[in-house]
Amino acid sequence: MEIDARGVHYRELNRMIREAVAEGERRFVLKNVNGQRYIADGIGEKVKIDVYGTPGQDMAAFMKGPEIIVHGNAQDGVGNTMDDGTVAVEGMAGDIVGYGMRGGSIYVLGDVGYRVGIHMKAYRDKTPVIVVGGKAGDFLGEYMAGGVIILLGMFGEDRNGNPPAGHFLGTGMHGGAIFVRKGVDEHRLGRGLKSVEVSPDDMETIKPYLREFARTFGLGLKEILGERFYKIVPETHRPYGNMYAY
Amino acid sequence: AVGSWDYQKDISGCGLSGLINKKGERVSGELIARSIATQHDRGNGLGGGFAAYGIYPEFKDHYALHVMCDDRRALADTETFLKDSVYVTHEERIPTRPNRKIINVPILKRYFVKPRAETEGTTFDKGLSEDDFMVQVVMRVNMDIAGAFVFSSGKNMGAFKGVGYPEDIADFYRLDEYSGYLWTAHNRFPTNTPGWWGGAHPFTILDWSIVHNGEISSYGINKRYLEMFGYHCTLLTDTEVVAYLLDLLVRKNGLPIDVACLALAPPFWQEIDRMDEGRQRLCRAIRMVYGSALLNGPFAILFAHNGGLVGLNDRIKLRPLVAATKNDTVYMASEESAIREICPDPDRVWAPKAGEPVIAELENRDGGCYGD
Repeated sequence: MEIDARGVHYRELNRMIREAVAEGERRFVLKNVNGQRYIADGIGEKVKIDVYGTPGQDMAAFMKGPEIIVHGNAQDGVGNTMDDGTVAVEGMAGDIVGYGMRGGSIYVLGDVGYRVGIHMKAYRDKTPVIVVGGKAGDFLGEYMAGGVIILLGMFGEDRNGNPPAGHFLGTGMHGGAIFVRKGVDEHRLGRGLKSVEVSPDDMETIKPYLREFARTFGLGLKEILGERFYKIVPETHRPYGNMYAY
Repeated sequence: AVGSWDYQKDISGCGLSGLINKKGERVSGELIARSIATQHDRGNGLGGGFAAYGIYPEFKDHYALHVMCDDRRALADTETFLKDSVYVTHEERIPTRPNRKIINVPILKRYFVKPRAETEGTTFDKGLSEDDFMVQVVMRVNMDIAGAFVFSSGKNMGAFKGVGYPEDIADFYRLDEYSGYLWTAHNRFPTNTPGWWGGAHPFTILDWSIVHNGEISSYGINKRYLEMFGYHCTLLTDTEVVAYLLDLLVRKNGLPIDVACLALAPPFWQEIDRMDEGRQRLCRAIRMVYGSALLNGPFAILFAHNGGLVGLNDRIKLRPLVAATKNDTVYMASEESAIREICPDPDRVWAPKAGEPVIAELENRDGGCYGD
């Protein structure tokens, strides 16, 4: 099903998608999207959606199943509290990508904004994954409780060797892991965190995600793997136990 | 002067959009109205407004005072005061067209004025520059005349604002009939202060105008600091302090725009510790001298003046801001879609970093349409 979204309000656009899904449609092409919010929110069916244009806030929120490809940039809140499925963004994405995400994968080829992966959590067999091809703003993985964030720093706008992450990386993090290609300086880390070289086991963990990222955007995996990765994790299982007690 | 409107509060959000043609070529207000309308759902109809630059070339040497009055008595008091303090070259109702969504409209007039050359025998301070004199005129009206507010006071620019969605405000003020080289727009979602005509954005003083998404937790400190320099906040909204801070920092104290931005959103001390020595000295000095000008709390702001447009975020980017360029035009907005609506194929799109201003300046302030 192809929908020309030009000038269509988000309520109407999402109503059309929902109704079609209920009637069994599984393949969508959305053209001329510009700022419509909440695209594919809460949809549980395994549908595939190609988005052309710039989708609005909170795309794929509470989503559990669909596969979305954005042929352009996404705005803020992509994959908010997302449960399952895949989002791939061929351009850049805004702030709080993967906010409270609890399953599925988000791949962004370019840069992402601030607080990406904030409050991510894993549960039993569910491991949310965010792979960022470009650079990230401050507070990447803030309050992270579980899941995997991989930051490559390779395919964004700034390719001048500046640090891939902003400040306060992983502030308040107490679970999961952030992998950074080539690593970042210690002063960018939040308190109570450490950066260590990856182990062979770690590489086995992240390789499938990197392979999928490379396949999605038609990139060579070899180049991505051509540098050492560093893993940022909490120093202890209870890193902030003494933060407010002396 | 306190407005008599009493609208209900609601929760969260605001939208911004702005554009500047760096060569000074002017575009119709229809463009910015379309851009901000894309972000309709960021507001709730309790405030919309625009600032436009280059719109009064026929009066470019006059201060254009846009005045809103609750009633005829407020208007009469204002006109008596103006006739005693400035030369009014031209005055008229601000042109509007009926829009059924724009209601409770105050009396809206504009006056193209020059300061009186002689202030002997008046209560104005002696030896004021023209700009300083006009700041006093604005403050006097806003403080002393019940139900009257000057909401725009620059040269060759004007603010247009009120209660309503911005696309309706644009229609009401007939902005499609103006052309300017720099436009900003605001869609309001009032959170902490009333949604009334004077409280809509932009806030202005002289040719400074500001539109803002967020809240300024340091309002009390900023307000008291500004009072020491004769600026009085009367419009019941936090954003008002930013207009006066810019006038103080840039026009009065002569700070370059980027240094003024350092004062409003300075780097954290821990970042300063890692800077080279010269930059450290600058940042430490600014933080110490202008501690009371620091804006705390979440914000994305666009501020404009006759010479350019600036976008600035708080230091940890708690509100969205996106910028783009296409040929000689620079765009800034809360959401990329607001830019794409009027510029589908930009040369470059990026998300500015926290605390790092995007500064777009008119290339030749004496040439193009700015000067004619």
